[in-house]
Amino acid sequence: MRPVEIKDGVHWIGVIDWNCRNFHGYALSSKGTTYNAFYIEDEKKVIVDTVSKSFEGEFLCSLSHLTELEEIDYIVVNHLEPDHSGCLATMVERCKPEKIFVSPMAGKAIKTFFDCADWPLHVIKPGEEVSIGKRTLRFYETRMLHWPDNMFTYIPEEKMLFTSDAFGQNIASSERFVDEMGKEMVVDLMQQYFANIITPYAPKVLKTLETFAGLNLDLDMVCPDHGLMFRGDDVALALEKYAEFANQTPKNKAVLFYDSMWNSTERMIKAVASGLASEGISVKVMSVKANHHSDIMSEVFDAAAVVIGSPTHNNGILPGMADALTYVKGLRPKGKIGACIGSFGWSGECVNILKEWLEKMGMDIIEPNIKSKNRPDHDELKECFQLGVTIAKAVKEKTGK
Amino acid sequence: MKYVCSLCGWVYDPAEGDPDGGIAPGTKFEDIPDDWECPVCGAGKEDFEPED
Repeated sequence: MRPVEIKDGVHWIGVIDWNCRNFHGYALSSKGTTYNAFYIEDEKKVIVDTVSKSFEGEFLCSLSHLTELEEIDYIVVNHLEPDHSGCLATMVERCKPEKIFVSPMAGKAIKTFFDCADWPLHVIKPGEEVSIGKRTLRFYETRMLHWPDNMFTYIPEEKMLFTSDAFGQNIASSERFVDEMGKEMVVDLMQQYFANIITPYAPKVLKTLETFAGLNLDLDMVCPDHGLMFRGDDVALALEKYAEFANQTPKNKAVLFYDSMWNSTERMIKAVASGLASEGISVKVMSVKANHHSDIMSEVFDAAAVVIGSPTHNNGILPGMADALTYVKGLRPKGKIGACIGSFGWSGECVNILKEWLEKMGMDIIEPNIKSKNRPDHDELKECFQLGVTIAKAVKEKTGK
Repeated sequence: MKYVCSLCGWVYDPAEGDPDGGIAPGTKFEDIPDDWECPVCGAGKEDFEPED
């Protein structure tokens, strides 16, 4: 794609990864993604971030419509992850920049990514300003949004904030701004991104948002490194939604994810779901065979309750459940109600193992942990239904709705 | 006792302290000032939990 001038003298020079379906190899991205980078034309010519190495040709081609590479003076590295720094080594070699701006944490980590001993690195001080002519670059550390090295770059004269992964969404499109697409869809994609990438750092997000609220920056445009940009009134939408996500306020919703061999655990899960639904709770029933762990996490994110099920298999649980549980636990969702069920043939370890997972995730566990030998009978399915009703009451108590 | 950052997993070991953050080796976690931050991710002291 050719560059897009997003403000007078400020250009989007990103690339569109139309066919990306598994973002970073762990989270599905059904609509593709973009790697956004920016070029600012002033007395100093500035690049903010680069793109994934596999798009280097497209990136250099796009930029060459605006400037000769050797004319670039400054490179800003808001984030070291390779989808944004993938072309950095080439850029340094080709542009021979006067300065490369990195955060204090990136200053420490960059040498573990690049042979950069002779690079003109400038480690910023948080809040530091650099004049580039008519405009100023101001840098803010935003650790864990989404790595320790992340920073935001602000241009006060343009009221623009370049936020790297924060506020990102995985969507490949020829449109560049949220207001050119359906807002509801963009918010949903932003929530999926937050759920699968930012959730562990939600407490840090809240602090960062608080810090930025205190700075009272004049903001007219927020430019993440993935997906669409926010301008005008949509800036407030981005900030408001991030605060909402970071607070992890649960809905009257339960996610039941499970694996099953001969449908016994599945029937038990469906009975629990039926009990939940009978009390007006929205339920999502998700087999780990039919649903990728990132789609499960996207649903778990705003649910008040999580019910997990697995039969006993070789004295453990089925491996698909171990995959989903490892992924969800790693993202550290907070404040969930948990319950577990499972069928078994002879030894029946499943529910104890599942309960341990719920405990490790800090969930409020609703008992009983029902297990059923070989196939659930009528009474056991009734017990599962009743468990659903009990969880539903706990959900309503938690959400107050 | 060692303490773990609940955000990034960095471990505070009293034997080593956090010299870059002004915490001398041998300083107990309890004696660290309240405005100290995790050297990796910037989390606050309240975001740390005792290591199991």
